[in-house]
Amino acid sequence: MDERAVKLTLKNVSKTFYDRNGGIPAIQNVSFTVYDNEFLVILGPGLCGKTVLLNTVAGLEQPTSGQIFLDSRELHGTDPGIGMVFQKKALFPWKTVMQNVEFGPKMRGIPKDERRKTAQKFIDLVGLQNFENSFPHELSGGMKQRVGIARAYANDPELLILDEPFGALDAQTRYSMQEEIIRIWKSEKKTILFVTNNIEEALYLGDRIVLLSRQPATVKETYVIDLPRPRDMLSPEFLKLREKISANMDITV
Amino acid sequence: MSESVKIHVENLTKKYGDLLVLDDISFRIQKGEFVCVVGPTGCGKTTFLNLLSCLIEPTHGRILIDGIPADPKKHDIAFVFQEPSSFPWLTVKGNIGFGMRMKGWPREKREKRENEILKLMGLEKFAESYPGQLSVSTEQRMVIGRAFAMHPDLLLMDEPYGQMDVKMRFYLEDEVIRLWKETGTTVIFITHNIEEAIYLAQKVLILTNKPAKIKEQLSIDLPHPRNVSDAEFIRMRKYVTEQIKWW
Repeated sequence: MDERAVKLTLKNVSKTFYDRNGGIPAIQNVSFTVYDNEFLVILGPGLCGKTVLLNTVAGLEQPTSGQIFLDSRELHGTDPGIGMVFQKKALFPWKTVMQNVEFGPKMRGIPKDERRKTAQKFIDLVGLQNFENSFPHELSGGMKQRVGIARAYANDPELLILDEPFGALDAQTRYSMQEEIIRIWKSEKKTILFVTNNIEEALYLGDRIVLLSRQPATVKETYVIDLPRPRDMLSPEFLKLREKISANMDITV
Repeated sequence: MSESVKIHVENLTKKYGDLLVLDDISFRIQKGEFVCVVGPTGCGKTTFLNLLSCLIEPTHGRILIDGIPADPKKHDIAFVFQEPSSFPWLTVKGNIGFGMRMKGWPREKREKRENEILKLMGLEKFAESYPGQLSVSTEQRMVIGRAFAMHPDLLLMDEPYGQMDVKMRFYLEDEVIRLWKETGTTVIFITHNIEEAIYLAQKVLILTNKPAKIKEQLSIDLPHPRNVSDAEFIRMRKYVTEQIKWW
């Protein structure tokens, strides 16, 4: 019996898109739980419906059927308890790093002194001190994603969703950001739902990995990753697991 | 100089104003060789590629193909970019045949070659489809087929599999090796991904941080298809990582 507190529960969630020619199922009967403070990775092949699944959890899409619970509260639409970091830079280009990070607290009417203090804490945490007054176009791809992460943290969400946040970064910047996100998660514990199509990234980051099938996405298997952190991507155990998951992952040509 | 040297790069240097981006790069590539170029993020790989493709002029130095200064009018230099770059108004077959039509190949020869490439890439059933009807990976396969179709003197590939999932990447990497073996084309493949470089290349050029110089040329003798879990493979991957690691 697992004693850990459950943060997020998906029960038989399905989403079908309809057009003139009938229904296109994107996700089908997906059920899983995410524990409190867990780093859970959703791994799936390209175009399998990962983003639809996340958008459904975030309330940006309504499920066709099924239920989603945050703690014991059933979710209907967007929820302030859920923060999101997107693959494409979703920063305000006309706002500085500071203004981007403090945007959420500002909208909630937090007084300036207080929200600046919060924003500064997370800007420091993601390693962007001295860039507070820079604009997004002055930053590299990896730095922009750091701003996105700081902004999500500044809202103090109960659940943080990251949708392929490193997908647009080059392989090396990606390694550096993977180390960063683990450092941030360790120092400011949050429940994280992280989506990727990269097996190596999933194995480096996750406490558990939920493997999705090709579209319509169903849960193919759940893996518990016991390797100690920081993980060595070239260790025999790591490579063995990578091969095992790879063999089980669908390919869409 | 040996007769089989296809590409000869001598003292290639590029400055933008006072900013030195490439510093005195020299190397040779044999005819039919598969070379990967790796270097730290932001080291000048794109400038390097733009010089090789003659899209920009070097500040010093030169590039010879078959002993003659590289010239897009004389030489066939083909590219594959990271984002698939197809003609959306042409079918798959039309895209594959485009270069041959531009070069005035006779119709019969062109059609024969188009069909060969369609078959080689397993794209026969998509011959009459348009790029908008294909998945990104299928579109990229078509672009790669198109690039190999003309028997180019030099094929430049700039991180063509950057955004694909690992399984798709391995599949396409095996495909590119198969095409390369069948056509004997000389390939320069630029990547940030060290595992990918070791998986593909006969020779890896390791660049330094900006201004980019060649740090080392590493030969990889492992037979294809390579095993990423093989001890020698891992040793080489670790070694190259140590040479460029900044993260």
